[in-house]
Amino acid sequence: MALVINNENERLQHRRRGTIGRDLAGIGVIIAVATIGYFAFPDNLALLTRMATIALFVLSLDLVTGYCGVATLGHAALFGSGAYAAGIVSAHYGINDPLLMMLAGIAGGAVAGLLCGIVILRAHGLPQLVLSIALINLFHEFANKASSWTGGSDGLSGIAPDPIFGIFEFDLYGQTAFFFGMALLLVVFVLLRLLVRSPFGMLCRAIKQDPLRVRAMGASPKAALIRMYGISGAVAGVGGALNAISTQVVGLDSLSFTQSAEALVMLVLGGTGSLFGALSGTVIFMLFEDYVSAANPFHWLTMVGALLIAVVLFAPKGLYGTAAAFIDRRREQRS
Amino acid sequence: MQTVFSIAVDAFAYGMVLFVISIGLSVTMGLMRVVNLAHGAFAMIGGYIASYAARDLGLGYAAAVVAAVAITMVVAIPLERFLYRRIYGAPELTQVLMTIGITFCVIGLANYAMGPTLKTIPLPAALQGSADLGFRTIPVHRLFVIFCGLVVALALWFAIDRTSFGVKLRASVDDAAMAAALGVRTEIIYAVSFAVAVGLAAFGGVVGAELLPVEPYYALRYMVTFLVVVSVGGAGSIPGALIACLLLGAIDTTGRYLMPEFGEFFFYLAVIAIICVFPRGLAGRAK
Repeated sequence: MALVINNENERLQHRRRGTIGRDLAGIGVIIAVATIGYFAFPDNLALLTRMATIALFVLSLDLVTGYCGVATLGHAALFGSGAYAAGIVSAHYGINDPLLMMLAGIAGGAVAGLLCGIVILRAHGLPQLVLSIALINLFHEFANKASSWTGGSDGLSGIAPDPIFGIFEFDLYGQTAFFFGMALLLVVFVLLRLLVRSPFGMLCRAIKQDPLRVRAMGASPKAALIRMYGISGAVAGVGGALNAISTQVVGLDSLSFTQSAEALVMLVLGGTGSLFGALSGTVIFMLFEDYVSAANPFHWLTMVGALLIAVVLFAPKGLYGTAAAFIDRRREQRS
Repeated sequence: MQTVFSIAVDAFAYGMVLFVISIGLSVTMGLMRVVNLAHGAFAMIGGYIASYAARDLGLGYAAAVVAAVAITMVVAIPLERFLYRRIYGAPELTQVLMTIGITFCVIGLANYAMGPTLKTIPLPAALQGSADLGFRTIPVHRLFVIFCGLVVALALWFAIDRTSFGVKLRASVDDAAMAAALGVRTEIIYAVSFAVAVGLAAFGGVVGAELLPVEPYYALRYMVTFLVVVSVGGAGSIPGALIACLLLGAIDTTGRYLMPEFGEFFFYLAVIAIICVFPRGLAGRAK
C-alpha cells in the first residue's frame, strides 16, 4: 500500500515537473519563433505583431471552445469590443498611455465576454451557434450605427499612443509594437498556463466532458462557464487593444463574422483544447495566408477551404494535437 | 396604406424564398443532424447555372430552372457520398468546419469561373410587369415567388405526411437506429432527402434571384440567414420553418423599409429574443 502511494506521489511529482518543463519549453519556443521572425522579416514586423494580436484572440477562443466546449462563431465580438474600448479612450478621451489603453481594452473585452456568455450559454448545439452568429452581427450593426463613437464604416482613427513608460516610442518600422506584442503574448501565455491547470480550469474541462456530473458534484456549470467567458473576454480584449495600439486604427472588420470564423479555423487547424495548438495554428495559418494571398489572391479562399476539409478528414485533432499524439505513441512504444 | 401593402407583399415573397431554400436545410438538419453551412452555396450554384443557361446559352426560363436544379443535384451527390457521410454524428464543431471549408471552396471557384460581378437571370415576359388586383398592383414576379413557395410547402406536406417515403423519413428523423433496425434503408433515405434538399435550395436560389442577388459571396452572406431560419423554426419541422420564414421575413423587410439605416439590427435582435425564449425553436420538440 505504502509502495503504491509512494509510486503515485512520484508519478505526480514527475508529472508536475513535466508540465513545468512544458511551460518553459513553450516560453522558449515563443521567444525563439519571435527572434527568428525578427531576423527573417525585418521589413515586415507588422505581420509579426498582427500574428501576436491574432494569437491572443485565438487563445481566448480556445478558452471557451477548447476548454469549455462552447461552439461559437461570434468570438470577434469580444476582440472587437476590446479594440474599440482601447481606441475610444484614446481618440475621444485623450488617454494615450498604452498601458491604460490596454486596461480599457481588457475591461471592454471582459464586459462583452460576460454579456455574450450570458446570452450564448442559454442554448446548446445549433441554437447556441446561431445565437453566437446573431450576437456578432448585432455588435457589428451597432458599431456601424454608433458612428459618432466608432467612426462607423470609415473605421476609428485618431488613436495616438504615447511612448511606453514614456521611453519607447512607437516607430514607423513597428519595432516597439513588435516587442510590446511579444511581451504581452508571453505574459498572457504564462497566466493562461496557470489558469488552465488551476482547479477552476479543471472544473471547466470537467464541464466540457460531463456537465450533469459536475452539477451532481455540487458545482454550477453555468456560473463557471460565464466566469470563463469573462476571462476569455479579457484575453481577447488584450489582443484587441494591442491591435488598436499597433495599427492605430480600428475597423469594423474586427467585429465581423469573418474574423470569428477565421479564428475558429486557426484554432482547429492547430488543435482545440491546448494553448500550444492555438499558437501553432495561428502561426501556420497566417504564414500560409501571407504566402498564398500574395501569390494568388484569386484562389486564396479556395485554398483555405481545401485546407479546412483536409484537416477535418485527416487530422481531426489539429496539427499540434496529431503531432503530440504521434510523439506520445512513439514514446510509449519505446518505454 | 400603399407602404403597408407593399411591405406585406415583399415580406411575404421574401419569406417564401427563405422557406424554399431553407426547408431542405431544416429537413436534413433534423434528419442527419448535420449543421450544413454549405447549403447557401448550393442555392448559389443553382443561381449561377440558371444565369449561364438563360443568358449565355439562350435557354428559356423554365429550361434554365430545370437545368439548375438537376445539375446542382448531380454536383451534390459526390459531395454527400465522400464528404458529408464522414461527418454524420461528428461533433458540431467538426461539421461547421467541414461545411465552411466547402463553402469557401465554392465561393473561390465561383469567383474564378464566373467573375465577381452580380449575375442576373432574365425573366420571361410573362413574369415581368405588374398585375392589377383591382385596388392595387403588385409585381407578377412576387406573385410567382409566393406561388412557388406555397406549392413547395404543399408538395412537401403531401410527401412527408401521405406517402410511404414520408413515413420512413419521419421514422428516421425520430430515431435513425430504431428505423434501421426495423428495415428502413436509412442511407437511401439520407441520400434522397439530401438530394431533394439541394434541389430545393437550387430552385429557391433561381426563383429568389431577384430578392437575393447571385454573386460569389452569396453563400456566405445568406448562409447565416438560412441557418437562423432553421434554428428559429426548429430543425426538422415544416410548419415551424414556415412560421419562422414568414416572421423573420416580415421583421427583416419591415426594418429595411422603415429604418434602412439600422440594417439588420432588428432582425438579429429578434433572433436572439426568440432563441432565448424558445431554445429549441418555435416548433422544436423536447428531447
